[in-house]
Amino acid sequence: MIPELGHFALIVALLLALTQAILPLIGAQRGNLTLMSVARPAAQGQFVFSLLAFGCLAYSFMVNDFSVENVASNSFSQLPEIYRLTATWGSHEGSLLLWVLILGFWTTAVSVFSRHLPDDMVARVLGVMGLISVGFLAFLLTTSNPFDRLLPAAADGRDMNPLLQDWGMIIHPPMLYMGYVGFAVAFAFAIAALLSGRLDAAWARWSRPWTTVAWAFLTLGIALGSWWAYRELGWGGWWFWDPTENASFMPWIAGTALIHSLAVTEKRGAFKAWTVLLALVAFSLSLLGTFLVRSGVLSSVHAFATDPARGAFILGFLVLVIGGSLVLYAWRAPKMLSGGGFTWFSREALLLGNNVVLLAALGAVLLGTLYPLLIDALGMGKISVGPPYFNAVFVPLMAPALFLMGVGPLARWKEASLPDMLSRLKWALAISVATGILLPLTLDGFKPWAVFGFAMAMWILLTVLIGFRERLKNGARLSSLTRSFWGMQLAHLGMAVGVAGITVVANYQVERDVRMNIGDHTELAGYTFTFRGTTEHQGPNYRAARGSVDVSKNGKVLYELHPEKRIYNASGMPMTEASIQIAMFDDIYVALGEPLDEAAQTWAVRVFHKPFINWLWIGALMMVIGGFLAASDRRYRIAVKATAPTGAATQGA
Amino acid sequence: MKRWLPLVVFLVLVGFFAKGLFLNPREVPSPFIGKAAPAFTTTEVCQPSKLFSAADMKGKVWLLNVWSTWCPSCESEHEILLELSQKTSAPIVGLVYKELRGDSNIDKRKVKELASNEESALVCQRVTDRLQQLGNPYALSILDNEGKIGIDYGVYGVPETFIIDKEGVIRYKQPGVITDKSMQEVILPKLKELGA
Repeated sequence: MIPELGHFALIVALLLALTQAILPLIGAQRGNLTLMSVARPAAQGQFVFSLLAFGCLAYSFMVNDFSVENVASNSFSQLPEIYRLTATWGSHEGSLLLWVLILGFWTTAVSVFSRHLPDDMVARVLGVMGLISVGFLAFLLTTSNPFDRLLPAAADGRDMNPLLQDWGMIIHPPMLYMGYVGFAVAFAFAIAALLSGRLDAAWARWSRPWTTVAWAFLTLGIALGSWWAYRELGWGGWWFWDPTENASFMPWIAGTALIHSLAVTEKRGAFKAWTVLLALVAFSLSLLGTFLVRSGVLSSVHAFATDPARGAFILGFLVLVIGGSLVLYAWRAPKMLSGGGFTWFSREALLLGNNVVLLAALGAVLLGTLYPLLIDALGMGKISVGPPYFNAVFVPLMAPALFLMGVGPLARWKEASLPDMLSRLKWALAISVATGILLPLTLDGFKPWAVFGFAMAMWILLTVLIGFRERLKNGARLSSLTRSFWGMQLAHLGMAVGVAGITVVANYQVERDVRMNIGDHTELAGYTFTFRGTTEHQGPNYRAARGSVDVSKNGKVLYELHPEKRIYNASGMPMTEASIQIAMFDDIYVALGEPLDEAAQTWAVRVFHKPFINWLWIGALMMVIGGFLAASDRRYRIAVKATAPTGAATQGA
Repeated sequence: MKRWLPLVVFLVLVGFFAKGLFLNPREVPSPFIGKAAPAFTTTEVCQPSKLFSAADMKGKVWLLNVWSTWCPSCESEHEILLELSQKTSAPIVGLVYKELRGDSNIDKRKVKELASNEESALVCQRVTDRLQQLGNPYALSILDNEGKIGIDYGVYGVPETFIIDKEGVIRYKQPGVITDKSMQEVILPKLKELGA
């Protein structure tokens, strides 16, 4: 009964989404206020019914209703309660339902926080978002119904993929989707601006906080995914350049470029066409990511749907949404005249440089991700593109981006003076270069990439400090600095922290793969690891061999780590559960490989020493907080009051 | 013209995606295809005295189906194998792959304590039960308790099926379950082409 209710709620949501899409768009085109005013209630109703459907699916998971196919395939009676809940979005169908739900959430947020916008703008934005909802709801209902019944009901479920049974996975997908889908808001604003033909700076100001919030969520989602991979895959890696990871990284790069380009459009009225295009690209890449992962066009560890019918549907949808928006863009482009001239050395020019570099990096990642598909489609054989390509291409491209990150915020709009900049930055430059050259010498050997990484991290840190000093010297107090200034500097500083972390861990981590019998020990990075054997351990839905490894330094036992090798009951899938001692400056990471003898006394054991790895997540977290701070800046709220009369006037007209 | 560029790039990509939908990224061409089938000698299931070697099949087109009773997809493949055995005269040889050692419900260490004839006796019992219950598509069943033959044939996972021609060359490999479609469209035509 409950699953049918959910199914019904989805159908109602689709009808409401159709209403939300069609009537307000027609109304906005004809200037009909009655039709436009349908947008808000329809959007909110659509969200309520999506939420109801999601609740019904979650309920079916919680009560182990194995007569629902989705539950039977992705859950298990012994699965702990929290994972039964998260299994709701662990499957293809469930994760799409989550997509729809989050899109409904963003739409509702826009409908609530848009009182100050002109009615036709709101109608168009909500209408465009409604069109996207229609596509996804229709996709769910026609090819991926999460409420399909299984007759007769299964006696028990096939269990959730053990890899996903981790608390990082509980929040990773919702955060990632908040980011992906959040770009739909910027997209809808851009389309609404194109449709109305009013391509002034106003739409940039309206969409800025939304874009920044979406970007912050996406950053958080990617960081959580990376953190999950680090702890759960048992190889100590944190980024694999896997197609699925790239699918989330490409919208992030485009989103980063968009945030910076929006700043120029809002403040200076320049880059109008470019900013619109980036808004379209950022969301198109989110859709593309969904397509790549969901259609199985690229094989990947986490692509769990391989069904050409689904792929064909999403592809058709992509053509409509992206193709349609690009046609609209090309048609309206001549109307987008750029205002505000600037010289080759100004904040505009530096931000343009940042955009060019980011787009080049985006192109490199896109090419690497799609290359195997292109070659295969051309019948030229099967190849795969791995981390060496991405590292070789992406890392050098980051050099100018990081350098510009230091200069940009200090340069004046319109026209900056190069000699003036040089005199302000000469010490920072000298200290950064010196740090880059000298710091690696105090560590484990001289490595060219370490020099570059340290110099860049130091460069960003110093330029952030200079930024603060100059503001304070000009009479500002710390408390009077705007939130968007704090947010920007915090996010840039987070980048410095992250770069420092990546530099250290990529250049100075050590690992060892050893064969260990009970009592054997091995040395790594000054620590001694002693293997104390394994014991049988019974988990809620798995059996495990739990190893015991003593970690000591100078003869004193510091930690006792317990890596596990698990076999999950329902799927029979083996899983490596690494044990990690987390610390500010270094992680100690132990994972059990395979038992090497028949009595399971000797094991292959992998030990890693990962210095500074946590700086990566800390840096990402700083970027997230920076993003939220910037989006909560007062002037977005002041703008509410300032523009309110205009909104009222339009209403009266 | 410049403003149409994003659209053009996108449409080219769409063309590739459309093509890509009908390619199988998991279809890894086996390096064994076109090569001589690795030689091996083993015993038949339940008949420890009867030796079987790949060379015995010279002059015949035959199929080597790698399976085990603990593998759920093998169970679902069983019916199609029965149908296949009706439709072709080529013998299907069932290679029972790591019947005990691969079963995650069985403690591997206990299996290794068994003498090899004890292990084979247990395998015989399990395989006989299964074949009596579901029917027997195999011309004969052979043992690979330790999975060594599987390694030689580059087996990724069970089930897998190889078509081997009269000269003992591997002509086709089906990774995973044989579906009705792959039987009709690939396997039967291939067998016919090879003169089975």
